[in-house]
Amino acid sequence: MSKIHVSTVINDDPVEYLCEPQQSLLDVLRDELNLTGSKEGCGSGDCGACTVIVDGRIVCSCLMLGAEAEGRKITTVEGIATGDKLHPVQQKFLEHAALQCGFCTPGFIVAAKALLDENPNPSEEEARYWLAGNLCRCTGYDKIVRAVLDAAEVMRAEAAE
Amino acid sequence: MTFIGKDLKVVGTRPIRPDGVDKVTGRANFGADMTVPGMIWGKIKRSPHAHARILRIDAEKALRLPGVKAVVTAADFPNIAAEEAFAGEAIMDFRDLSRNCMARDKALYDGHAVAAVAASTPAIAEAALELIDVEYEVLPFVIDVEKAMAADAPLLHGELFTQGIEPKPTAPSNIAKRINFTKGDIEKGFREADVVIERRYTTRPVHQGYIEPHACVATVAADGQCSIWSSSQGHFMVRQYCAHLLGIDIANIRAAAAEIGGGFGGKTLIYVEPVALALAKKSGHSVKIVMTREEVFRGTGPAAGSVIEVKLGAKKDGRLTAAEVTLKYQAGAFPGSPVGPGCMCALAMYDVPNANVTGYDVVCNRPKVAAYRAPGAPNASWGVESCLDELALALGLDPLSLREKNAAKDGVKAVHGPTWQNIGYAETLAAAKAHPHWRAPLGAGQGRGIASGFWFNIGGESTASVHVNEDGTVVVATGSPDIGGSRVSMAMMVAEVLGVAVERVRPIVADTSSIGYTFLTGGSRVTFATGMAATEAASRVVDELKKRAAVIWEISPEAVEWRDGMAYPAGQNAGAFEPLPLAEIAFRSARTGGPISAEAAINAQGPGAGFGTHICDVEVDKETGAVKILRYTAIQDVGRAIHPAYVEGQLQGGVTQGVGWALNEEYIYDKDGRLENPGFLDYRIPVASDLPMIDAVLVEVPNPRHPFGVRGVGEVPIIPPTAAVANAIYRAAGVRLRDLPMSPPKVLAAIDEEKG
Repeated sequence: MSKIHVSTVINDDPVEYLCEPQQSLLDVLRDELNLTGSKEGCGSGDCGACTVIVDGRIVCSCLMLGAEAEGRKITTVEGIATGDKLHPVQQKFLEHAALQCGFCTPGFIVAAKALLDENPNPSEEEARYWLAGNLCRCTGYDKIVRAVLDAAEVMRAEAAE
Repeated sequence: MTFIGKDLKVVGTRPIRPDGVDKVTGRANFGADMTVPGMIWGKIKRSPHAHARILRIDAEKALRLPGVKAVVTAADFPNIAAEEAFAGEAIMDFRDLSRNCMARDKALYDGHAVAAVAASTPAIAEAALELIDVEYEVLPFVIDVEKAMAADAPLLHGELFTQGIEPKPTAPSNIAKRINFTKGDIEKGFREADVVIERRYTTRPVHQGYIEPHACVATVAADGQCSIWSSSQGHFMVRQYCAHLLGIDIANIRAAAAEIGGGFGGKTLIYVEPVALALAKKSGHSVKIVMTREEVFRGTGPAAGSVIEVKLGAKKDGRLTAAEVTLKYQAGAFPGSPVGPGCMCALAMYDVPNANVTGYDVVCNRPKVAAYRAPGAPNASWGVESCLDELALALGLDPLSLREKNAAKDGVKAVHGPTWQNIGYAETLAAAKAHPHWRAPLGAGQGRGIASGFWFNIGGESTASVHVNEDGTVVVATGSPDIGGSRVSMAMMVAEVLGVAVERVRPIVADTSSIGYTFLTGGSRVTFATGMAATEAASRVVDELKKRAAVIWEISPEAVEWRDGMAYPAGQNAGAFEPLPLAEIAFRSARTGGPISAEAAINAQGPGAGFGTHICDVEVDKETGAVKILRYTAIQDVGRAIHPAYVEGQLQGGVTQGVGWALNEEYIYDKDGRLENPGFLDYRIPVASDLPMIDAVLVEVPNPRHPFGVRGVGEVPIIPPTAAVANAIYRAAGVRLRDLPMSPPKVLAAIDEEKG
């Protein structure tokens, strides 16, 4: 079985790779490209730990084939910060202690960033439903939701400047 | 040395955790994130049968597949003898552990490991699993705890005779152990009662549900030196257990703690590590094994399913006169359910004059149970805290007042033995009574429940070392894997003792060859015990810093004081010197005696019991049976919160796991004893939209045995939720649920039955 050649853009960098036809995007990111920030918690699209943004939409990278990335634009957790400047969602996760073990955190960061790109002023309920595809077993979600709402406020203030 | 009651600068604040940036940017390395040169991939073949004799395993076809490097079965592991080990909060046997990691002679549950393969890619390893031919003789199985206790039940172990009954049984049984303890005169107690309530409560097995599947990378060099990188709650535990199971000298294993993606007790034992080591030894390659989610559900330890029978007697004024509790816990395939702690926790919170508690540890054809957050206590308290609510209703008393009337206080001798000292249960009840939540109005179809929980917490062996760097910054190294932010607490305690900013202290988790023995992360022990070691090491560093200042000033060390990160002359007689900051002493250390560091290796005693009281409001949809959590307040005596945000997080997370246990989570088996819901779609843990904010109220009754007053906090919060939710459902919908989970079909059926 020959490998498939893929040209794509990941975190603003042009990337080329060879992948097996059955290899998921998550496995390509982790095992071929050494982008291990995206995590596998289930491999069936239920936990959201592998969440990435593909052409502006959040996707469980375990449910997408590596071959399907051809010509797409992908953002992983490694591409959320700008240089050494954290994204407000990342900064607020730290300030609110919105992580305990930190394993689900990359997926939450990516999903929350996508939420705030689409809806700069979510209600608590909107944030909870948007993030309902990301499982966290440690925090009870309280501090995560607070961090996301606080980040939204910071981003709105920044946008208003 | 104590800091209790002192004005503290760092402890009690909320600094950003030092490992945080790596975790929000994807740089943190968890179990599956490690890659080493020449590494190959291991996969485990698992039994499709709940109970089967293994007649033959033929790996020839698998070994012929290009890319396959090794296959191992039980034949590749020493057949070790029975030997008891203390595994955190439960007793475990090394022989059982070995047979749990790789089935020998018999597969005892659906998902039991029977063989493993290592190959150059995951896809080849997966394909090779299919080529390993296992011939089974399928045997009758038993899963339900009471069916397993029956005289005619299929037996898992022919050599298992019930401990704890006289005369010694002559026939084997699935009941591994009977436990009993009593206080006073139980019959007299019930005779004195005005009201007696007797009820039966049940629970299904639930999984810890950590989001990170088990993962490791193991290397065995030609000279026998091994290294293990794995996600566990104790890399010293991994080292010790692997050495035992494989017959390796402990000094030949170096185990490192990966960042751990949740454990909740489920990573206090090993599954993949010895298999990876055996494959690595046989293949000559480093081997990585990462479980799938299905393997986690089928092959790793859930919490026990159980039957809890409770009988309570009380006077009209609510004073308890007698309590009788019987607990039957599933242990899974090998003895060792947490029925012991369950029995001790059942009545620990109450001052009951007459009591009788009996527990049964019962094997059945399910994965061997593992610890799950306060192991055994949530089951027992589900029964007792529900029954107390039923008693309160029967007596026409407020459930909070009933608890106040019977709450254990200092000086009370608990049913399980100890006499309470410095406990804060009554303080949590007082805080609940004073909380606005307790008096807030409720709407139609809404109800409020209250329940409490107790957990022992443990201390134990910990090592910490504190090094002062040349520029006056500090490193604190410990042997405790950081599962929920404990590194920041270590840095904070050390910073407080040294009088420096917390940002100047870098905490690390050292590998097993780089720090002294440290017992695993469990029992809510790390901030207490390892924190005590870190505090002690930092205090020794302060002593050393004072000596160095004395050398510089040419005065006696007794004439030096340490305050706010600086050495001061102790008084006018000591001489007039400008204060010496830590950085300056560090800079001059080569000329005053060399590097400044200290290590403390301790066996921490006096962990301090933990008590919590929860208030929960629910709304029940009478059309669907769905229960919505409207408001939740968790109150707990935490001793002293080092980093309050992470303490609150423990409460909020524990509550959420408890709510999942209450409303949704359960293992479902088919008629052949196979697990039907081994995935997060069908085993539904709470998601963000299921919950409101969770108000965490920290009550601080300092534990005098810890320099800062710390008590363990992680486990108590999972105990009250099941009963708090059930008690709220009763008040919202008029139905009493006694079988967990209280999922919509069951709630609906209860409502329909009530309507008649």
